[in-house]
Amino acid sequence: MTVVAERPGTSQPTTDALHRRLGLTDEELAAIRDRLSGRDPNELELAMFSVMWSEHCSYKSSRPLLRTLPTGTAADGVVAGPGENAGVISIGDGLAVAFKIESHNHPSAVEPTQGAATGVGGILRDIFTMGARPIAVLDALRFGDPADPRTRHLVDGVVKGVGGYGNCVGVPTIGGELVFDPSYGGNPLVNVMAIGLLDERDLTRAAAPGLGNHVVLFGSTTGRDGIGGASVLASATFADADASKRPSVQVGDPFAEKLLIEASLELIRNGLVVGLQDLGAGGITCATSETADRAGTGMRIELAAIPRREPGMEPFEVMISESQERMLAIVEPDRWDAVRAVCERWGLPVALIGRVTADGDLTVVGDDGAELARIPAAALTSDAIVHERVASPPVRRRAAPAPGAPATASDGLPERGMDPGAVLVALLGSANLASRRAVFEQYDSTVQANTVEGPGHGAAVIRIKGTTKGLVAATDANQSVGALDPWLGAVLSVAEATRNVAITGARPLGVTNCLNYGDPTRPEAFWQLAEGVRGVGDACRALGVPVTGGNVSLYNESPGGAIAPTAEIGVVGLLDDVAALVRPGWRASGDRILIVGEATPGLAGSAYADLAGLAAEDGPPSIDLEQERRVQAFVRAAAGRGLLASAQDVSGGGLAVALAECCLWADGTGSAPSGSAGLGALVRLPVASSPAVDLFGESPSRVVMSAARRHVPALVLLARQHGLPIEDVGEVGGIGTSVVDEDADAPPPRLVVELHGAGATGAAEDRGSRVADALIVGLDELRHAWDGGLERALGWERR
Amino acid sequence: MSVRIGVVIFPGSNRDVDALNALDVSGAQAVPLWHEQASLDSVAGVLIPGGFAYGDYLRAGVIARFSPIMRAVAGFAADGGLVLGICNGFQVLTEAHLLPGALLRNRGLRFVSREVAIAAERTDTAFSHRLGERRPLRMPVAHGEGCFFADEATLDQLEADGQVLFRYVDPATGATAGGEGDAANPNGSLRGIAGVINRDGNVAGLMPHPETAVETILGSADGLGIISSFVTSAAEREQAAGAALVSAAR
Repeated sequence: MTVVAERPGTSQPTTDALHRRLGLTDEELAAIRDRLSGRDPNELELAMFSVMWSEHCSYKSSRPLLRTLPTGTAADGVVAGPGENAGVISIGDGLAVAFKIESHNHPSAVEPTQGAATGVGGILRDIFTMGARPIAVLDALRFGDPADPRTRHLVDGVVKGVGGYGNCVGVPTIGGELVFDPSYGGNPLVNVMAIGLLDERDLTRAAAPGLGNHVVLFGSTTGRDGIGGASVLASATFADADASKRPSVQVGDPFAEKLLIEASLELIRNGLVVGLQDLGAGGITCATSETADRAGTGMRIELAAIPRREPGMEPFEVMISESQERMLAIVEPDRWDAVRAVCERWGLPVALIGRVTADGDLTVVGDDGAELARIPAAALTSDAIVHERVASPPVRRRAAPAPGAPATASDGLPERGMDPGAVLVALLGSANLASRRAVFEQYDSTVQANTVEGPGHGAAVIRIKGTTKGLVAATDANQSVGALDPWLGAVLSVAEATRNVAITGARPLGVTNCLNYGDPTRPEAFWQLAEGVRGVGDACRALGVPVTGGNVSLYNESPGGAIAPTAEIGVVGLLDDVAALVRPGWRASGDRILIVGEATPGLAGSAYADLAGLAAEDGPPSIDLEQERRVQAFVRAAAGRGLLASAQDVSGGGLAVALAECCLWADGTGSAPSGSAGLGALVRLPVASSPAVDLFGESPSRVVMSAARRHVPALVLLARQHGLPIEDVGEVGGIGTSVVDEDADAPPPRLVVELHGAGATGAAEDRGSRVADALIVGLDELRHAWDGGLERALGWERR
Repeated sequence: MSVRIGVVIFPGSNRDVDALNALDVSGAQAVPLWHEQASLDSVAGVLIPGGFAYGDYLRAGVIARFSPIMRAVAGFAADGGLVLGICNGFQVLTEAHLLPGALLRNRGLRFVSREVAIAAERTDTAFSHRLGERRPLRMPVAHGEGCFFADEATLDQLEADGQVLFRYVDPATGATAGGEGDAANPNGSLRGIAGVINRDGNVAGLMPHPETAVETILGSADGLGIISSFVTSAAEREQAAGAALVSAAR
């Protein structure tokens, strides 16, 4: 047998034992023998164990941690939780929503277009395997320095991959993130979330019940692509641009996937299958052992019956190939003809490859009927090895100030002669805060005719046809705070993602998480993971949102170091009346602007600190989860009573950026190619500590709202009832201000923020700085910065 | 009884969902027509939806052209039946030579998905008679190969014959979009052409998606005028044919 994970570049000693070459440790080999009644596995069995016991398939490092997450109950509407292909939550009317997020980081680093494309394909299969029609995709992408040619190559390829696949299968890409941080330079993150809608009666399990039932494989044929994807790519660190691993990356065919979606849903709708499982990591080995183990059955697989893409494939290649766009169905014998007819109608190869048995073993039989492998199905899945990893915090928790950085970070700006307006323009035009339009315009965001709010302006919204309801979705992760404090980073990620959903008026239904961390055998990296999981759990418990599933991606390291700990959080929420959706942009001149919540100190991890080169020694802002819960409940209540014209949370870039976005996105004009100029605002901001903290600090649990003047008393009362501070700070469209010259003609719309209070200009003047009295920027200037910032950062031509 | 409109379904069609919804909103009865069918099940009009027919390998629409259903559609069109192709459906109709011109790769070389505005050059056709005054109609585009191309002489001829049905326009001013580089023209289509009609006036195609812009909750209902023009024209023709049949029988 040839070596599965041949690595020409790394000159593995060929004399090394096979299990080590397959990525298994001596300890793991001993554990395999235990599960085979003491005998040695043969080479095929070893290959099957190597993929199934890979970090990617077995969660052998993270499983004990994941058990601590709150998974919700039937009372939360949870119909299917972790362990299933996707979480499923009931939304009434006999309908349910299926959703999950998954990583495809390593394949995308090696071959960005195919890596990202197959990432989309894989997560879509997880959704329709449950019986749900995929209705939306969100992609959360993280890369290194946008000026680095390699980053540009990766961005271009990943965006092509996500778009090329999603556009063809006809599932709209409605949101996501694009974040640049140096820690991702050698190891980008490609996390893709998919959402599906199903009739609860169609909920399908990935299990193989029923002795004698047929095991049916349909979809693409099995080839040599993606051999060892789970073990070689996803479960080890690697040098960047390691071309030798390209054969381990699968190749996607979105057209085949589209046919697979239609055929699978038709099979489910017509009640022709008793179990359905997609083939992803670990290929046939994974799909057969998992479905058998879930039902407590066994399976006998006839190798010769598996349709191949090429002749001469070794048994192990057939069993662990990760060829894309394949499904495994468990079919009662008298339905086999009907199943075959559906697959053939959609032009899909279909084969009867085995039978469900009672012995609990996954048995592989060769061409001549000889038994090639026999492994207890549980040994490959639920009884796979679990490692107790060592977690220890780093000795040094805070980064030292960079050379030349100012010593006093907390109130650095706006002093030293900097104009806060100029800072705002710089932030809005920065790679992480500028408009993502150049990217999301490459994704079909409207197919299926359900998109109410596509990418670009906070949470995405789709209506549920035939009802008044809408689904609201967002993804968020705070890696810059995560790098300083992985627990806090994860907590903030959950808080921001749920807040983004809640401020539309929706009730967050559940969380799916994609935990991206480093090498778990390194105690510091494992500590980061443990802290991240603890943070997700703490936040979800405090906010009352169940975690219904997700994915763990470890070994995200390159020679340049490990990535910043990244707990990517996907949230789906339910709007009972989609027509009552509250959007982030201002709606009408004359509306009052209110802020609920208070700025707290701490600039570390903020976009402003990054821009100003400030050291992180003052720490990031903390969060009070009870306050966060109340803020979200308050905004939902206010939206439900129709008191709000708009609501936008304060996050990246702080309050100033939030206000600017409200101006630019007024009436949705931010999305129009040559829309109107938006609506300005006049804000008088009380400054408690320092202008930098109030304008650009990213402390959580704050929301900027606008409301008709007559609703202000009710809003203030409602906030008090929720025990929240609220302040009426200004007016939409206001132009008259003491520090603005009164032009004879109506001045063009602009954002004006006057600072007053103890920490404002007076105090700064005492310190001898030349602080501007107010932040005053024309919307034209803001729009110019925001519109083209990403293209400038990536060196893309304006299209 | 509401008029029956066929929606062609190729393997890889994906805006069929949008088309079925739009026909539903316009009060028509949508009839799915499977690509292997050789007959059109007596529908009054045919809509070829967007997507990636047969995966659009080789070139958009080029494989679909040879499908059994397209032979039936060509016969239907030759007999004067109303056929509307949207996005991939437009590409299929040009490949089938039922409409003039070709749809090339977008000038920007990238897939483009955004809201655009188009305006009808003619409001006296079966596909536009309910649009009223010329005004910008907002609706999405989502395609990689939507740059309308024909040689100069053909373009002149199309304009002279009134075969340019829709052009991309500035959403605010309604001014016709220029060529490449004009923000209002998403794909560099020559002379800003977004949709054309055949000389007989019974076959039309356009790249933007009126069938997705049929409800205000989705951002725009401007596409409804196009869909309902098509649906009512099909119904009128069916009635007229029925009346002719009845009078012939007498």
